[in-house]
Amino acid sequence: MTMTATPLNTAETKLALPGHQGLKLEEKLLFDQSREGSYGVDLPTLKGTTSRTGQPVRETVGLPEVSEPQVVRHFVRLSQMNYSIDGGLFPLGSCTMKHNPRLNEKLARLPGFAALHPMQPDSTTQGALELVHTLENWLAELCGLPGITLAPAAGAHGELTGMLVIKKAIEARNETRPIVLVSDSAHGTNPATARTCGFDIVSVPSGDDGLVDYDAFAELVDKHGKDIAAFMVTNPNTCGRFEKDVTRIADKLHSVGAYFYCDGANFNAIVGKVRPGDLGVDVMQFNLHKTFSTPHGGGGPGCGPVGVTEELKKFLPIPKVQKDGDTFKLVTDCPHSIGRIKAFHGHFGMMVRALAYMMSHGADGLQRVAEDAVLNANYMLHHLKGTFNVPFKGYCMHECLLTDKHLKDKHVSTLDIAKGLIEYGYHPMTVYFPLVVSGAMLIEPTETESKQSLDEFINTMKHLAHLAETKGEDTFKQFPLSTPRRRLDEVKAARQPILKWEKPE
Amino acid sequence: MRYLPNTDADRKAMLNAIGVANVNELFADVPADKMLKTLPDLPMHLGEQQVEAQLSALARKNLNTAEAPSFIGAGSYRHHVPATVDYIIQRSEFLTAYTPYQPEIAQGTLMYLFEFQTYVANMTGMDVANASMYDGATSLAEAALMAQRVTKRKNITVAPNLHPHYLETLQTYMATTGGEILFGDKPSADCAAFIIQSPDFLGTPHSLEGYRKACDETGSMLIHAFTEVLSLGMLPAPAEADIVVGDGQSIGVGLNYGGPHLGLFACKSKFTRQMPGRLCGKTEDADGKESYVLTLNTREQHIRREKATSNICTNVGLCALAFTVHMSLLGEKGFKKLAQLNHERACMLADALEATGKVKLENSTFFNEFTVELTKDSADVVKQLAEKGILAGYSLGGKRLLVSATELTSEDDIATFAKTLKEVL
Repeated sequence: MTMTATPLNTAETKLALPGHQGLKLEEKLLFDQSREGSYGVDLPTLKGTTSRTGQPVRETVGLPEVSEPQVVRHFVRLSQMNYSIDGGLFPLGSCTMKHNPRLNEKLARLPGFAALHPMQPDSTTQGALELVHTLENWLAELCGLPGITLAPAAGAHGELTGMLVIKKAIEARNETRPIVLVSDSAHGTNPATARTCGFDIVSVPSGDDGLVDYDAFAELVDKHGKDIAAFMVTNPNTCGRFEKDVTRIADKLHSVGAYFYCDGANFNAIVGKVRPGDLGVDVMQFNLHKTFSTPHGGGGPGCGPVGVTEELKKFLPIPKVQKDGDTFKLVTDCPHSIGRIKAFHGHFGMMVRALAYMMSHGADGLQRVAEDAVLNANYMLHHLKGTFNVPFKGYCMHECLLTDKHLKDKHVSTLDIAKGLIEYGYHPMTVYFPLVVSGAMLIEPTETESKQSLDEFINTMKHLAHLAETKGEDTFKQFPLSTPRRRLDEVKAARQPILKWEKPE
Repeated sequence: MRYLPNTDADRKAMLNAIGVANVNELFADVPADKMLKTLPDLPMHLGEQQVEAQLSALARKNLNTAEAPSFIGAGSYRHHVPATVDYIIQRSEFLTAYTPYQPEIAQGTLMYLFEFQTYVANMTGMDVANASMYDGATSLAEAALMAQRVTKRKNITVAPNLHPHYLETLQTYMATTGGEILFGDKPSADCAAFIIQSPDFLGTPHSLEGYRKACDETGSMLIHAFTEVLSLGMLPAPAEADIVVGDGQSIGVGLNYGGPHLGLFACKSKFTRQMPGRLCGKTEDADGKESYVLTLNTREQHIRREKATSNICTNVGLCALAFTVHMSLLGEKGFKKLAQLNHERACMLADALEATGKVKLENSTFFNEFTVELTKDSADVVKQLAEKGILAGYSLGGKRLLVSATELTSEDDIATFAKTLKEVL
């Protein structure tokens, strides 16, 4: 059934209409708009210099030809098919979709930052190096770990860096520790990272409370002992709970010489309230694009700094920023370092944005961030717990976990609720994650939503539950109806992959 | 705090609704003795004006390439970015969107990723490209790991003059999987892959033909790497390769003091299921309309966990958009012309430097970057010229200097550079 059928479409009129409906504008790929002879840049005339490349000059690349107005209209129309945090509540659990202040964009674009070349002499980039050094100090103070690297390009890259540091430290102790423990509620990046580093993964189960099952964990530590390199735990975890046994976990790990890796993806819940370093964590990564509000940009760029203990500092990647008196320099001569993890010095542009965000909040504001994030999530939990199933009792941290258990007899699933939310104008929460509960709905409102905005979302969720009760699955399977596209055939996409535009035969 | 919409009255009402007296009760699971008793030892919050003043002061301490003539390339190139690019990438709907996991409300992101993948595949002469990696260096490292998976071999041979940061990154990643990095101008017998950068770090372009034959003989994969994506507008497509990786920063992204850049990754279609990173594919929706969606996710960490092809999650989506917008503006003719313009400026620079009589051009061939030998220590010369407000290039040690020119290198810049160089040599 298509509720959005257009009576004036081609079938009746025999005219080729573009398919627009009000503000829902259809848009073709630029390849399908290309006309030979169009162009969107005016470049100086070539002098006709004889080529000195030693190679034949390339004749065909395979790009479309379009003018600037077409390019602008194309991308503006594409943008109008996207949901964004600037446009509405974006409650993706563990993704921390919070407000992205424009000030940060403005500052990152100052030529004194944006137009710096990474290979410039340090004497010409003192301000940039000072900024990096300052951000390192802020992060060290907030996580309670003295060694910080800003080089990793994203959270998963930070995880990789952190685990390589651990691997190197173990090698330096002349030990072989093949095992990494990973909590079963962990993000997929944790086991993938540990595996990339060559470790074997042993999964640690969660208990009935959504927390690491301490007894099962302790048993695994006793069993594998000095074969364990590290335990990777997200804290607060992906069930939205704080691992209350965290210090016992740390002590137990340290008793066999293993390291405690904390995935800091959910640091937003505790920033300025408690410091992972004070809890016995040895290594953690930050996601500046979560906690410190650098824009997600439809999938990056991120920035994934890593904090480590004094002991592990010397293993951090190069380059490092060093302060000598009043001058700063990049240092690469670090014999114990794991080496370089990417070209140049990390995502500097994201560092500028993050520091601007942190300075705007200050110590007082950052603490408020965590408090409001946790307050907002608990307010959401309080109002939804009578309507949806709540798998774990007690207060949550910055995100609340619900499941579709109550809706099952109506054959309405978490996916249906997600698509229903889309129909009612919201980006869905994180769905089917964490894997430790069936039909997970993980809602993270963040601190930048108002009570009013939360109330509206809560009402929408309750309305969807009511719809499930009264209308059942048939209504939900239609959702979404009002979006630029309806449910997609993902099986077809994977079975017969079409991954680029091909010229029509 | 201006970014926090809750008022004190809201907070009170919410705490009341939940049934707690203060917010700390919600942190009950945090060990009480570990909770910070005071604020972190950091400055207090600042207004927009104050933040802007403080960070602008830091920006002013730097000598930036928008005001100083710059001849540094070495893996990061200064190019003109059309105003349209920054306008588009700052649109809220792109800037503040998430990874397009909900395709019904993310067709905008998905469509540009599909265009991006097509551009990169066509430019590199490959069948398929992913939706981006962090940068050229990590793309190369991931390509090497992929070759290890495909061939079930361990060692990697690297041709001379790979960008040192790419090599160092490769070494870091290879330490995780084992296998040796060997050096040579042909693949060693049992290697998983042979890596050739073209133009190489010293600026010389290479033809892949001979390397292809050699790789076929050893059963190794051929990986082509580049640091200057614009070279693909003038040099032949590296279609003989199995995997092509490099950095797309030159198109639309800007310098950003080295990051974010834009990792490009493309390969032959028979290796698609071993690729790292995200892929966007075409399909239909429930109404039969053309639609786009992230696909082949079973390679990825959020589905496969420890069996994934890579741990990569967030990539550099917005840089991919900047690239796609800029490439769309350039189009078929503009991209090629821009490449040739760069080459012309580099030829002009080479001639002007040689004309000083104190600079020897080492390259017999180059695209927009080449190596010269000076009559003095190049690190000293770089330092001296920086004091005079000129960013001379990248010191290769000894008397050798790596310099580049782009369309932004004016004839005046070249004349000033040559004159100043002559003075200090």
